[in-house]
Amino acid sequence: MPSVVSKQYSDDVSLLVLLLDTNPLFWSTTSITFSQFLSHVLAFLNAVLGLNQLNQVVVIATGYSSCDYIYDSSLTSNHGNLESNGIGMPALFGSLLKKLEDFVTKDEELSKEEVSEDRIPSCLLSGSLSMALCYIQRVFRSGHLHPQPRILCLQGSPDGPEQYVAVMNSIFSAQRLMVPIDSCYIGVQNSAFLQQASYITGGVHHTPKQLDGLFQYLTTIFATDLHSRGFVQLPKPIGVDFRASCFCHKKTIDMGYICSVCLSIFCEHHKKCSTCGSVFGQSKLDDASSVSDKKRKAPST
Amino acid sequence: MAGGQIEKLVKYKSTVKDPGTPGFLRIREGMLLFVPNDPKSDSKLKVLTQNIKSQKYTKEGSNKPPWLNLTNKQAKSHIFEFENYPDMHACRDFITKALAKCEEEPNKSVVSTSSEQLSIKELELRFKLLRENSELQRLHKQFVESKVLTEDEFWATRKKLLGKDSIRKSKQQLGLKSMMVSGIKPSTDGRTNRVTFNLTPEIIFQIFAEKPAVRQAFINYVPSKMTEKDFWTKYFRAEYLYSTKNTAVAAAEAAEDEELAVFLKPDEILARETRHKIRRVDPTLDMEADQGDDYTHLMDHGIQRDGTMDVVEPQNDQFKRSLLQDLNRHAAVVLEGRSIDVESEDTRIVAEALTRVKQVSKADGETTKDANQERLERMSRVAGMEDLQAPQNFPLAPLSIKDPRDYFESQQGNVLNVPRGAKGLKRNVHEAYGLLKESILEIRATGLSDPLIKPEVSFEVFSSLTRTIATAKNINGKNPRESFLDRLPKSTKDEVLHHWTSIQELLKHFWSSYPITTTYLHTKVGKLKDAMSNTYSKLEAMKESVQSDLRHQVSLLVRPMQQALDAAFHHYEVDLQRRTAKSGERPNGYV
Repeated sequence: MPSVVSKQYSDDVSLLVLLLDTNPLFWSTTSITFSQFLSHVLAFLNAVLGLNQLNQVVVIATGYSSCDYIYDSSLTSNHGNLESNGIGMPALFGSLLKKLEDFVTKDEELSKEEVSEDRIPSCLLSGSLSMALCYIQRVFRSGHLHPQPRILCLQGSPDGPEQYVAVMNSIFSAQRLMVPIDSCYIGVQNSAFLQQASYITGGVHHTPKQLDGLFQYLTTIFATDLHSRGFVQLPKPIGVDFRASCFCHKKTIDMGYICSVCLSIFCEHHKKCSTCGSVFGQSKLDDASSVSDKKRKAPST
Repeated sequence: MAGGQIEKLVKYKSTVKDPGTPGFLRIREGMLLFVPNDPKSDSKLKVLTQNIKSQKYTKEGSNKPPWLNLTNKQAKSHIFEFENYPDMHACRDFITKALAKCEEEPNKSVVSTSSEQLSIKELELRFKLLRENSELQRLHKQFVESKVLTEDEFWATRKKLLGKDSIRKSKQQLGLKSMMVSGIKPSTDGRTNRVTFNLTPEIIFQIFAEKPAVRQAFINYVPSKMTEKDFWTKYFRAEYLYSTKNTAVAAAEAAEDEELAVFLKPDEILARETRHKIRRVDPTLDMEADQGDDYTHLMDHGIQRDGTMDVVEPQNDQFKRSLLQDLNRHAAVVLEGRSIDVESEDTRIVAEALTRVKQVSKADGETTKDANQERLERMSRVAGMEDLQAPQNFPLAPLSIKDPRDYFESQQGNVLNVPRGAKGLKRNVHEAYGLLKESILEIRATGLSDPLIKPEVSFEVFSSLTRTIATAKNINGKNPRESFLDRLPKSTKDEVLHHWTSIQELLKHFWSSYPITTTYLHTKVGKLKDAMSNTYSKLEAMKESVQSDLRHQVSLLVRPMQQALDAAFHHYEVDLQRRTAKSGERPNGYV
């Protein structure tokens, strides 16, 4: 049996981990409905699975307050239960939708508890990225014959600057693991996190203009496996927004103060670094505004 | 070099084969002039010493006539044939001096600007770096020679480059050889009955370190009783006797020659030292030294170096020496390492230095009465049994393990958003979730939409994507690895890259000068600002001079540089305003 598998293993076997944005605050404000969106995405997943017999797909739902694994194509319990599905639904995705519904209910429960916080209506990207990377790490350790993993982030919610540190950490881990993070942003504003993620890990970032052609975008750009990307031209973004958010207020800044020990970013002068605890030197001038350790982070093209 | 001038009669040849035009050569400071005798000939020559790259000359002992060949920077060579060798040598020396002076001059003008004393080595290092790295040289020329930055400031940020070479110079201390002294085999001459030992200072050092009796004998006997050569002859005679294992002969010779006997006896000094060591040792389980250290009296099995057993008469016992003794003594000395740093050739100095070291260590080791008392107390303390002791309550220091949650929670921070009413938000969220769940139920019921996507939409998407990729290809080049820079003409590309590095250098110095506390920094910032404005205008000029189809890309490339410069200018102006506002308050207008 193993020899048969290895014969079938070609260069383009891929493992796609899809991070699906299920932030209700975003979906209540868009032009495309969630059901339309889901149908595009499910058809795309079907197409990816059809490209190669050994391809695998994992779907992780990114909610408002939590994340969870929704679907794993390598588990055999997916097949069956044809009766519970609708007519037009592929048999594979019956369990996916059921799990998605359960997840949304659970997420609602969790978000009821923490609603007093005022924050930008972002989804928990850092959480789902970490879960994806854990799954991929497990795949890496399963043996030397494994599909080539990549992460596809389908998101519309804006960036939550309070997640900056966690997201950057996940991005750097993905870079070490050599896992590209593709991102498809369907929201209104630009997402700096996703642009940086794709840039650093060598993935592809795209912002589709026409949301009713989402399926076409997905299959043209994001279905390409890693081996084929060597000779297929994919659209490249013109520039990357490299702005960071400060560690104290989580504001997005492009000019601020940096601790020379741990490189934490602050928007205003502090006496002590909150991350590493190092004490900053006294300013020599009378006025407190122009002090040492000023550096500029310029957005580069 | 004032008044330096040489005039000689020479023949000038442009090539080796040329018979040579006779004439007059005058070498002066900075210039070389050749005037042919024949006024009609046109081989008058004037060469500036700056242009001379190198010179070659024929050797005096060879059969060639005295020629001096000068090569100038354009690789043209001028050959002068002199009347005799002394003439040629005089001219050659003069030109060498002039060449050295030429090289010195650009260096001198730089050195005079720095107020510190720089070592020659460091200067050499700097010039070597400049020569090797053309980028660095260009920067250096641009800034230091136009007096924007001083020499010190330029090199202050490059300490890493300068410091690298000096690390290599730290010397490692050599250890001792592990080959034993008694392993030195003499060379024997087959014909005569002589054996020759080779003695090097290294060997002498080892002998003195390993055999304190020999060292003592050396100090005692040389030069009072015998010369060094005699001493070593006797020593090696003793060694030879040992190697022959003929103890009877050894005993006989020892009886005759008392000095030789010293070498043949076992080493008293060593024995004394080890006895001392043993006495100092705390019997309560201290493994530093025990009776086994006295290996001169070890009961060995009589095994010689080459493995044979030997039987010896008891009265000649002391003339025997065993392998174990030699090995142990040698190993002990090697492990100790070099105790002195004296590297002189003089054997006496080495011997005395070693004796001094040993005396010092002996003095340290000598136990005084107090030390003895202390030792006894320590013995009684250590010999106590833990179980029978009273419980000792040592003061505890509390553990301080930081809570990792502090780090993560500090990242939450205070988010300053427009606060909405909490109740209103709850309703919003609940509604939103409701909508979401409806959508999911809908899709479960109806399945995937059919058709999934309209063909026109699909076609539109395709064409827009193709257009994006095509324009990107036009801009960035067919090869994805090729960058836009390669499509620029070479001069523009070099200029852009050079501007990058020079702006980096300027900004580095600019930002590090803030906050301005001294007038030195103030003038420095002023100079830097002027240089930056200069570069800014150069960038603008470059943008305009580029071809129209490349202009947009070049301006994109140049934009971050200009933005960085703009930020610096802005900061400078703000700071200046603040200073003038503040200085308005002070009566004497001190800035």
